[in-house]
Order: sequence, then C-alpha cells, then structure tokens
Amino acid sequence: MDLNFSADEERFRSEVRAFVAAELPASIRDKVLGHKRLEREDFLSWVRILNTRGWVAPSWPRRFGGQEWDPARELIFEEECALAGAPPVLSFGPRMVAPVIMAFGTPAQQQYFLPRILSGEHWWCQGYSEPGAGSDLASLKTRAERRGETYVVNGQKTWTTLAQHANWIFCLVRTSSEGRPQSGISFLLIDMKSPGITVRPIVMLDGGHEINEVWFNDVEVPLANRIGEENKGWTYAKFLLGHERVSNATLGLSKRALRELKAIAAGTPAGGGRALLEIARFRDRIAEAEIDLMALEVLALRVIAMDRERHAPGPEASLLKLRGSQIQQTLSELAMEALGPYAPLHQPQALAADWTGPLAGPSDGIGITARYFNHRKVSIYAGSNEIQRNIIARHMLGL
Amino acid sequence: MNFAFTEEQIQLRATLRRFLTQTYTLERRRAIARAGGGCDPAIWQQFAELGILGLAIPESLGGIGGDAFDAMVVMEELGRSLVLEPYLSTALVAAGVLARAGSAQHQPLLRAVATGEIRLAFAHEERDSRWRLDAVTTRAVRESGGWVLEGHKSMVADGAGAHYLLTSARAASGLCLFVLPGALEGMTRRAVATHDGSSVAEIELAGVRVPAEALLGPEGGGLPLIEAASDVAIAGLCAEAVGAMDALLALTLEYVKNRKQFGVPIGSFQALQHRMADMLLHAELARSMSYLASAKLEVSDVTERRRAISAAKFLVGRSARFVGQEAVQLHGGMGVSDEVATSHYFKRLTLINASFGDMGHHLERFGSMMAA
Repeated sequence: MDLNFSADEERFRSEVRAFVAAELPASIRDKVLGHKRLEREDFLSWVRILNTRGWVAPSWPRRFGGQEWDPARELIFEEECALAGAPPVLSFGPRMVAPVIMAFGTPAQQQYFLPRILSGEHWWCQGYSEPGAGSDLASLKTRAERRGETYVVNGQKTWTTLAQHANWIFCLVRTSSEGRPQSGISFLLIDMKSPGITVRPIVMLDGGHEINEVWFNDVEVPLANRIGEENKGWTYAKFLLGHERVSNATLGLSKRALRELKAIAAGTPAGGGRALLEIARFRDRIAEAEIDLMALEVLALRVIAMDRERHAPGPEASLLKLRGSQIQQTLSELAMEALGPYAPLHQPQALAADWTGPLAGPSDGIGITARYFNHRKVSIYAGSNEIQRNIIARHMLGL
Repeated sequence: MNFAFTEEQIQLRATLRRFLTQTYTLERRRAIARAGGGCDPAIWQQFAELGILGLAIPESLGGIGGDAFDAMVVMEELGRSLVLEPYLSTALVAAGVLARAGSAQHQPLLRAVATGEIRLAFAHEERDSRWRLDAVTTRAVRESGGWVLEGHKSMVADGAGAHYLLTSARAASGLCLFVLPGALEGMTRRAVATHDGSSVAEIELAGVRVPAEALLGPEGGGLPLIEAASDVAIAGLCAEAVGAMDALLALTLEYVKNRKQFGVPIGSFQALQHRMADMLLHAELARSMSYLASAKLEVSDVTERRRAISAAKFLVGRSARFVGQEAVQLHGGMGVSDEVATSHYFKRLTLINASFGDMGHHLERFGSMMAA
C-alpha cells in the first residue's frame, strides 16, 4: 500500500502547474479568484489555450484527439487548474455528450462533433430536466415526432446550465409512449440556432443568470442527429451517468475554497488583536472541513484504484458526489460566516471585472455570500444527494 | 499510488479472521470479560503461534518485523471480532517503543513478548494530563546509581496484568521512560473495569527504586518516544474502529433486511436506507483516514505526521460515534439490549474515542498546526 502519487505523476503535476502559470491570462485568473462574473469569451479563451496542448479533453482516446490520461492524472490536472484560478472546462461537451457520441454515434457524427468540442466551436448544454421530470427523469414529456427525415420537437427543458452561451444541446425526448417510460426515449443532438428554440433566463437566488428554460416549438431536427437507435436513449443516458466520476468530489475547487477561507479568516480582526483564524470556535470548524477534505481525497484515490482494478466504474462515485457537495457547501458557509456583519451586502455591480466604484465591506468579501446561496445547488444537481443515497443503498448495500 | 494489500497481508488477514470467527464468539468474549482482566491465556498463546505478537519486533529478536500496514490489518481484524485482549498495548505500542529505543538490556523482553510469555503496558497518562503527551508530574530522581520514582499513572491499559510497565516520569533533564517490572516495592496497581469489558489500572508509585538500566532510551529524551507510542496507538485504534464499523454495518444491514414491520423488511423504507447510506459513507471515510494514519506513521516531517494522526483520530472518532449511534437506533429495542453484539460494538467504538485523545483534543491539535 502506498498513498503517494508516483514520481511520474509528480513530474506531470509540475508540468501542468508550469503550463497553467505560463498560459492562463491574468485577467481571467483574477476574475476566477476574485469571484467576478465570467463571460462566454473567458471560458472559450481557456479552452483554446488548452487545445494548443491537447488538454481540453485529455481523457479521450488518442484517435479522437485525447491523451488517454487515467483518472489520477485527470485529478491532478483539475486540482492544479482549480488552484491556479483557471475557469472550469465545462463537462457538457467533453465529459457528457462526447463519451456517448464515441460509444454510440455514427462515424459521421464522431467526425463532425468531436473536433468541434475540442476547438470550442461547439458549446454544449444538457437538455434533460423538465418542469415535471427532475429526479424522476424518465417521466419526461418533450415530444419528438417523426416527419420524413426529421423529428419535430415540442416541449420544454429547464435548469439548463449556460444555455444562453450554448450553440448545441443534447436532449432526451419522448419518441414513444408505449411500454415503460424508459423505453420510449431517444437521444437527440439539436442545433440551438434551429427555428423554434427559445431560451429564457432563470434568475437564481444569488441574482445570477446561469440556468435557463429552453422551449421547443416545432423544432425540426434531422434524423441524422439522433444518437443510436430510436427509443434507446435511456440506455445511452445511463451510460453517460456512469462517466460521472472522481471529478464529482470537486477536490480542486474545495482546496481552493479552503485556501481562500483561511486567508479571509486570517485577515479578519476578531478583537483583542487576534484574527478570526485564531479564535478556537471558528478555527475548529475550518479544521473539521479540512479534515473532511483530506478524507475525501483519500477516498477518491481509493475509488480510482477500485475502478482501475475492475476496469469499470462502480457506484462509489455516489459517495464522492454526496460528500464532495457537502464539503463545498460547508466551505461556502464558513466563508460567508467569516464576513460576519458584512455578509448581508449585495453588490452585484462589483462582479464586473472592470468595476472601480465604491465598495462597502472587505474587498475579499465580493461574491462570497452569493456563492453560499448559489452553492445550495450542488447537493441538488447531477443527481440530488437523496438520489445518491438511493444509489448507495441499492447498489452498495443491496437494499 | 497503490491500495492493494500484499499476498502476505491478505494471508495474515484471512488466517486471523478464520481463527477469530471460529474461536472468538460473543459467548467466549463474555466469559473473558466476566473473568476480569480482559486476557484469555489460551487466546494469547494462539496469538503467539500466529506470529502476531512479534509483529513490531525485528526478526533478529524473534519477531516478524512487520510494517504499519501489517499492524493495520491485524487491528482491523481484532476490531471486527471485538477482541478484548491487550494486543495493541503490548505488541504494537510498548514493543514498538522498546524496539525503537533499542536499549540492549531490554531486548530479551522483546523475545518474551513474541513468544507470549510476557505482556507490556504503556503507563503514561495521569489523572490531570487529559491526553497531553508532555503533561507528566511523576518524578524521577537519581539516587545511588539508580532512580527513585514518585507519582502515579492512570487509565493504563492492561496495567494490572502486564509483566512490565513502560512508565513515563519527569527527571531534572526532562521526560524519561523507564521499564519497570510489574511488582516493585512502593508500587500499587489497582484494576478497574471499563464499559467495554476490558480493564485499566490506576497505579501509585511511592518511592519506587529501580536500577539505572531501567532507563529506556536517552535520558531526558523521552518525549519523542512517548509521541511515537501515541502515534502507533492512534493508528491501531483507528484500524480497530474501522474493523468494528465494518462488522457493525454488516450486522445492521442483516437486521434491516430481515426484521419485518408493517409486513415488509424495514430495510425497504427509504428513511432507513438513507441512514444506512450515510453510515457506509462515514465508515469509508474512516477507512480512508485509517490508511492515511498508517501511511504517515513513519514520515520524517513532524508536522505532516502530526496532522495526519490527529486528522485520522478525529475523523475516525466522529465516524465511530455516528455509525455506532445509528446502528443502535436501527436495531430498535435490540440495539439497547446486552444480548446482541450491536451494543458491544457500540460501547467499544465509543471508548476508542476516549483513548489517546478524543475528537475535541485532536481537532484542537490539528487546528494549532493550521497553515493559512
């Protein structure tokens, strides 16, 4: 047993660190670390920079333009990027739709879509949830009716992350109402510029716009944009869920949040010449979160080892999602509490990178309370924590 | 990065588990607890034959020279079978310190530990020390070529039954460790039962005279040895708790699958399924930290080692409390009875928290090393 990364992996970490330090534009880094609003172009700039090294989707097979990194390298890469203040590479293209296209798409679909994910030309969003289909996803109602060589799609998707930036959406749609709900679903790739698509913003509790409703009104989709067979979409979607892996633990982001929390607490006066970080009552809570993060990291490494051993992902990813989201929320909560009396301030104008106007409260307090509110989402999205517990109970405990 | 156990470790685990499953039944355990002292000589002899008493002892002294992960495997299995015998205190903690300190005159003791002839105890804590490693008030004064010890020791695991006591005392030069025979003029040992069926000793040292050779390691340099002993104990307790949680989780799972109410197994209720999912999560987090504690036991960077040890003891303690309390709750009335193993696991897990620093102690220690 050896819990250390290999010398080779440590060299790789240095390589990633040096690359990010050299290539990540300071303007983007400052926005990320300063909780400023990221524009579409910020995400895309970073994707283009990564693409010069072939690092947009490094776990892909080489024949599709990937590096065939194993999960340990992916974990190191994500951690280094997060700590350095790089914007996230969104999962929807590289990690969610791409594996489905690779496994079930036609050669023509693979040749068309995969390079455009790497170049950033296509920004994908996910059309799964509907107003009446959340955890019970198979009850979705958006219809696709066949008319000659096209499907005509009608219905509504919701909670669609960054659909306002996306030019493609992968959707689960109902193509049959016979049999079990799962057996009448198809998987379609839809151009967001298609006539009949309307994107309406959903303002979140922090005031931000990151999710949307996507409406489909007689939207025509070529049959060639269906993945695999008609009515087999559920199988492909389930395959995709099996790809949600160690990144569920969000180790890199939480390490960054912990570092930030300590910095805020160290710089916050708490009376008697002491900083908040020196107050046992508060320090204990930071310490507990840090210990939780240490344990999660070892657990994530164990899950990587288990997957490698059996050559297949297992249900343990649910443990990582469940715990990873709890830790993210705890860290956001502690950072907000560290602001103390300044926690209530809502200064959205300061989220613009070029804001130079007056600010109340500490400068490192910008966006902290908003993030606390925003992060309530992390135990809800990508399979709520209750769904994760269902998976653990069924697949790990046999209940 | 490699989480695989070696062939030898897999074999060791299998052999030990087979022996304990067959021999160390709940009935047998009850009998050992009733007899007092918490050590069955027949079981101890079997431990010697299995080789595990020599785990921390070099091969040249009759041991098997095992590493921290070998010890972890053994402790997990002892925890799984709720073993009362003072294996940790003798074979890992005290023998480990003796092997580390390497004083030639004490090496015959290690041979006798490996064969099961003698047991050792680590007599360090005192009434007011509350787990602080340097809080020693027992005095050691040089006198006519030897030492005189004056003071007391408290909550010493196996302290009344052990043949030798590794005893900490403060000399003018600093903290020292002494190897004391269990029966000496001026020494009184009183065994006191603990809630898990084991026993500890309260020890009085009133003008106890020992020869110069009783000093273990460098004079005044006892603290690193004491800390090493505490680290080994903590890694061992973490592994023991992991084994106990595994067993308790399995017991609880079996119970909720079989116990019927409202015409169905209670394990079909989502409220209970989610509690079991959380129990599993916390048990796996504890296992992760137990691995980390064993992995960092011999790390030369002191802060890195201390952080890992305190983090592990805190998190394993929290998991042990959670899993223990939940298991009792899910067992309903059976969980609060003495009849089923559940309550015995719960009690042992609870008491592990009070040994070598509880959650609050280690959270404080971890926090004090916090780098901003």
